[in-house]
Amino acid sequence: MNALPQENGNYFVLRPLDIERGERLLYRLTEFGRILWEVGIDVGPRKLLDLAETLDYVDITNKEDFYDTLKCSLLPRHEQEPLFNQMYLYYWYMRDRQEKKKTGDTPGTARRDERQMRLPPSELKRLAEHLNAPAERKDLRTEMRESERRRRVDEYLKEEDDDDTSNPQGTAYSAIEVLRKKDFESFTWDEVQEAKKLMAEMRWNLGQRPTRRKRPARRGSYPDMRRIVRRNLKYGAELLELTWREIKYKPRPLVIICDISGSMSLYSRLLLHFIHTISNGLMNVEAFVFGTRLTRVTRQLKRRDVDDAVRDVAKTVQDWSGGTRIGDALHFFNQKWARRVLGRGAVVLVISDGWDRGDASVLEVEMDRLQHSCHRLIWLNPLLGSPDYRPLTIGMKTALPYIDDFLPAHNLDSLISLGNLLGAIDDSRPVRSVAARRKAVAEWSKPRVSV
Amino acid sequence: MDQEQLTTIEDVQRAMFAQHYIADRSLATAVFLALKRRKPLLLEGEPGVGKTEIAKVLAAILDTRLIRLQCYEGIDVSTAVYEWNYTRQMLHIRLMEAAGINRQEELKEIFGPDFMIQRPLLQAIDPANTRAPVLLIDELDRSDEEFEAYLLELLSDFQITIPEIGTISAKETPVVIITSNRTREIHDALRRRCLYFWIDFPTLEKEYSIVLARMPEVPERLAKQVCAFVHELRSADLFKAPGIAETLDWISSLLALDQLELVEGPVRDTLGALLKYQDDVLKVGGNDVHKMLKKAQGVS
Repeated sequence: MNALPQENGNYFVLRPLDIERGERLLYRLTEFGRILWEVGIDVGPRKLLDLAETLDYVDITNKEDFYDTLKCSLLPRHEQEPLFNQMYLYYWYMRDRQEKKKTGDTPGTARRDERQMRLPPSELKRLAEHLNAPAERKDLRTEMRESERRRRVDEYLKEEDDDDTSNPQGTAYSAIEVLRKKDFESFTWDEVQEAKKLMAEMRWNLGQRPTRRKRPARRGSYPDMRRIVRRNLKYGAELLELTWREIKYKPRPLVIICDISGSMSLYSRLLLHFIHTISNGLMNVEAFVFGTRLTRVTRQLKRRDVDDAVRDVAKTVQDWSGGTRIGDALHFFNQKWARRVLGRGAVVLVISDGWDRGDASVLEVEMDRLQHSCHRLIWLNPLLGSPDYRPLTIGMKTALPYIDDFLPAHNLDSLISLGNLLGAIDDSRPVRSVAARRKAVAEWSKPRVSV
Repeated sequence: MDQEQLTTIEDVQRAMFAQHYIADRSLATAVFLALKRRKPLLLEGEPGVGKTEIAKVLAAILDTRLIRLQCYEGIDVSTAVYEWNYTRQMLHIRLMEAAGINRQEELKEIFGPDFMIQRPLLQAIDPANTRAPVLLIDELDRSDEEFEAYLLELLSDFQITIPEIGTISAKETPVVIITSNRTREIHDALRRRCLYFWIDFPTLEKEYSIVLARMPEVPERLAKQVCAFVHELRSADLFKAPGIAETLDWISSLLALDQLELVEGPVRDTLGALLKYQDDVLKVGGNDVHKMLKKAQGVS
């Protein structure tokens, strides 16, 4: 493999340095690149080819330079540096030692070939999952159920052809209607599956914000000089036709911060599905989850398949179903992430039941800051679904005055109304009077005497 | 100095030092590779750690022009690449009409180089450049996705196509430095085309040597105490930790007040040079300043 195809169709020819040695280094670099790719660092063949050329300029016997070169060529973002370092240590130091121990000091082609034959870990994992019997059977069962349902619908439709009085769509519709109103808490396994399907079908749009970019338009407020000159050339120097540009609108970014602590455990899986559909349905969505600490899960949720994505999130998150410290989580968000994700008039969606074991004063300060740095702060609370909900927990009481919209999130209907709200968000800032809100909250949390 | 004269990483490090920029070896490696491989260098890091400065220093080292493009939301071709000089075009058409020159000629002429206003990106790849300039694309995160996508093409081929004129490509590939403050994620496609380096806050010793290199007139004792104090400050839980730029700023404020060492009163009065958020000032302003000062005063 002396010649490797390059992007522009030319061939990148390996320098005939020390062919055997060079090839081995290239081989090892490729293998290292593959490992990085496996753990989620964006390393493609093009980057590796580039690196191979780059290494000509450095003294690769200097370990420090070798490391620096690999790092600045292969590592694309700062967050992944610890991961890179770990993999670097593992690959270039630890593994060598392990292998030497295992095989004695006999590097050779035989061992290399054997390694090439082995499946990469992800494939092995996929294979294992595929062979996993119960999972397979479960899938089969859903599959059978689905085909059964399809068959029934077909029959209904056939009947309808024969007899106009029956209304299959009506019955199907009303079944969905019931499901939409049912609290997630009391879902059966089947209903969860059905709900997931319904969620996947939801379409999302988010209010638009004016950008500083302009686009050509029939009527607008800015003259499009470039076009004007072009158009009017035919009339000599007289400007007879004017063309315009107007401000371009773009959807606002959405930031979701979801509580996955113990008290939310009945909802969190379904809510994650919901976050997955919304992040795939909208352009700019950042997602975070928190219990006692905040974790960014945007990248995990980018995976197309929802089950893969949720599994990835579960793997990343350390504090699944633990305690809640909303204040601390928001503090961390404000310090580390707010500047990075709240630009451009973002809408923030906090999903939590407000059960907080942290310090209320911290929560208050952080809510204040969060509200000030976003265009709209929406709080979804699954408990709000119950008709006699009162904001009695200290966390919820503290946070409420700083929230622009307080909505339930206990059934599919509530998620649909959230969708409507998101679509209706406009440029105008909501009125934010903390004092008035406090009063209203105090009023609301008073126990009510039924007559 | 020519690019060819920088043959080793040490050369780069030394040349940067001569320009009063203290770079550790890993940063020098990244710069060296960016020069040799003629690839853009993407620099990220907290504000005020010297990202922009690198481009300025490089321009000084290579004795070439620094072309700076400050990004902002909505930056587009007419502000970043080129624009036609419409007024001149219109006037010219009138003049030609008065002189009775035929139309086909006019059309060719008014879309020629004479009527074009070159913006930074076009200046950077102008074939007339005899030396490769340093192109600084500053705070790319402030621009929008559309502009980033446009850059992709420019940064891989160093050529720009202007419909009326044709393709203009650089004779001398410019040295490209891109900085980002991460208010928005830079797209993977752009990252892939660049070498990447994260500039961290400096260590205590490094910051001390930076201060001495940039401000030789500062008393050593004050420099040591200031660095120690700032170092302490960075480990506190702040909304915005002070960068090197702020350290230097603070020292000049202290010097303006004729301070030769850190004393609590003036320190409190000048905290605004270091901390830019009221919350942070409040947080540190109480007991913490006193504690940190005691620590810092103990250094020398």
